[in-house]
Amino acid sequence: MKPILEISHISKKFRIRHQLVPYLSLRDRIFDTVTFKKNTSSEEFWALTDINFKVEAGESIGIIGRNGAGKSTLLKILSKITLPTSGKIISRGRIASLLEVGTGFHPELTGRENIFLNGSILGMKSREIRAKFDAIVEFSGVENFLDTPLKHYSSGMQLRLAFAVAAFLEPEVLIIDEVLAVGDAAFQKKCIGKMDEVAKSGRTILFVSHNMNAVYSLCSRCIHISKGTIQDMGSTDEVIKSYLKGGSEQTHVRDYEKANRVIGDNTATLLQARLLNKEGHTIEYISLDEPCGIEYVFRVHRAGLNPVPNIHLFTNKGECAFIGSVDPKGGFSAPGTYKATMWIPANLLNAGTYSAGLALSTLSPTIVHFYEQDAILFDVIEDMNKRETEWKNSLPGVVRPRLEWKIEKN
Amino acid sequence: MEYEIRPAGKFKINFSELWEFRELIYFFTWRDIKVKYKQTVLGAAWVILQPLLLVVIFSYTFSRLLSMETGTLQYPLFVFSGLLLWNIFSSGINSAGNSMISNSNIINKIYFPRLIIPISSIVSTLVDFAIQLSLFVITLLVYGKYSSIGPFILVLPISLTITLLTTFGLGSFLAALNVKYRDFRYIVPFMTQVLLFLTPIIYPVSSINVPLLRTVFILNPVATAIELLRNGITGTAPQWDLVLLAFSLSAGIFLIGITYFRKTEQYFADLA
Repeated sequence: MKPILEISHISKKFRIRHQLVPYLSLRDRIFDTVTFKKNTSSEEFWALTDINFKVEAGESIGIIGRNGAGKSTLLKILSKITLPTSGKIISRGRIASLLEVGTGFHPELTGRENIFLNGSILGMKSREIRAKFDAIVEFSGVENFLDTPLKHYSSGMQLRLAFAVAAFLEPEVLIIDEVLAVGDAAFQKKCIGKMDEVAKSGRTILFVSHNMNAVYSLCSRCIHISKGTIQDMGSTDEVIKSYLKGGSEQTHVRDYEKANRVIGDNTATLLQARLLNKEGHTIEYISLDEPCGIEYVFRVHRAGLNPVPNIHLFTNKGECAFIGSVDPKGGFSAPGTYKATMWIPANLLNAGTYSAGLALSTLSPTIVHFYEQDAILFDVIEDMNKRETEWKNSLPGVVRPRLEWKIEKN
Repeated sequence: MEYEIRPAGKFKINFSELWEFRELIYFFTWRDIKVKYKQTVLGAAWVILQPLLLVVIFSYTFSRLLSMETGTLQYPLFVFSGLLLWNIFSSGINSAGNSMISNSNIINKIYFPRLIIPISSIVSTLVDFAIQLSLFVITLLVYGKYSSIGPFILVLPISLTITLLTTFGLGSFLAALNVKYRDFRYIVPFMTQVLLFLTPIIYPVSSINVPLLRTVFILNPVATAIELLRNGITGTAPQWDLVLLAFSLSAGIFLIGITYFRKTEQYFADLA
């Protein structure tokens, strides 16, 4: 059997206009023409270059990569929203894409009306929507508000309704982009469950996500896109493993000194910062069961005070996970350049995205010499294959320590 | 089902695809109408009140105060017949012109033939037209013009076709232009206002003796469509050569508009 999707030599070029206005305006265009002015220099940018891969019917493929790697552009081309600059795609099945849930929802229309509108936009026939209507409503759990305008729904209810419609889409190929990044944990679980069901029913799924756990549980094969090209392709374990290493790229080093940014006061300034693994290599991601260090270099300009390095770690929701600090007695009073590293042990942080704020402060009297918020952003990722249970969904909580248990039989 | 996705190619309208998505035209139209009447206090009554009020105001100003002469056709019928087609044109190009921008969130997220958007916004103005048409027929009866109804119904399809081709052509042209140049839409209401006075709606062609304006009327397909409609009501013979010209012009506008739309369509999602 021929593959259901054949992507060959797909490239996409964008033209970036170097101007400060968000949109073209006819006024400027006319004005520029009349005055022979050329203020719109443009630069070409290849979002994708020479992408090739095949998808067999019934496969679930995960597409991973950093922000701006070109994942979304690829999905937009696959779903015909934008055309490629060169190359071609042969599709042997009906493609439906879910780049967001609730596309076309209108606040003035009731829940019932929006189910029909959204379903139709997603490509369902009205006969089909009518047939699935009760199931959609049941899945969404908004039975009592069906005839209420959507604007009176809570955002959670809107989301549930939106996902419910999408869940009953039955195309041969389903393209999903980050729709799981929203909603509470319970709802996400429901969504993953539903998608798992869809995948097992033999449909082809292309799934873009930052949520490695979701990719693990859904996809057998995985594609890692980096800077517009396919970096790696193969079994999900291996691709994610190499993605997580991602260590060789020096993108996560901050060099404030080189960037001529002065962070600090006349007592001390921050020079460099990075995230490192136990071998001392700079990394951007760390596995849950690996220790990692946050290191920063600072210079103390004058003696007299007693500055203490401290790191404020936040989750991506903005909650403070903890503040790590050196013992106040261990400050640096002598001038010089220092390197401070805080080691986060393996199996402390839960899987997720964290941000570290780097500080140097004297405690008595209280003086903050510098505090650089979001200096380092990094992901803690879990290798699902190491979980020995059937339960493969993400677990709540900021920390996930392995604590000592004692169980006795009474 | 096998198909290809390729870089922007030749101009072609995929009618079978449009047909496949016909339900979406219905749903977009249905949404536009629902939302429109949910948001106005008077709701559906507004469709009836708006033309009636305009007819009353125009009749009072031009017929009573300025005693404008409109031949055998009473002024209210005269101005109503003009407004009937004019409303399709003006609200059609307004809503079609803005349609791509107001639906940009959908365009960015999902594929369907983009022409569906201007099509459905024009279809929804046709719903208003249907209501106003029945109101007009009632007015004809009130004025005792029983014998006019037959010829009126006969010329109506021709007038309507000319008006729709013009409206759709200009509307889809503006829709594409608005995506590219965001400041253009502020000109559109002003443009329709100017065109209102350049189209013989509130005054008859016979009252104008400026040769230049006469030429403008001839080149304005909507003006000819309105004249044709009035010929039907008064029972005078239409100037078929002008009708033919208007038809060709409107077909030309239609083709230009739709071609420009299809050309711009390929990068709508990159711009919007």
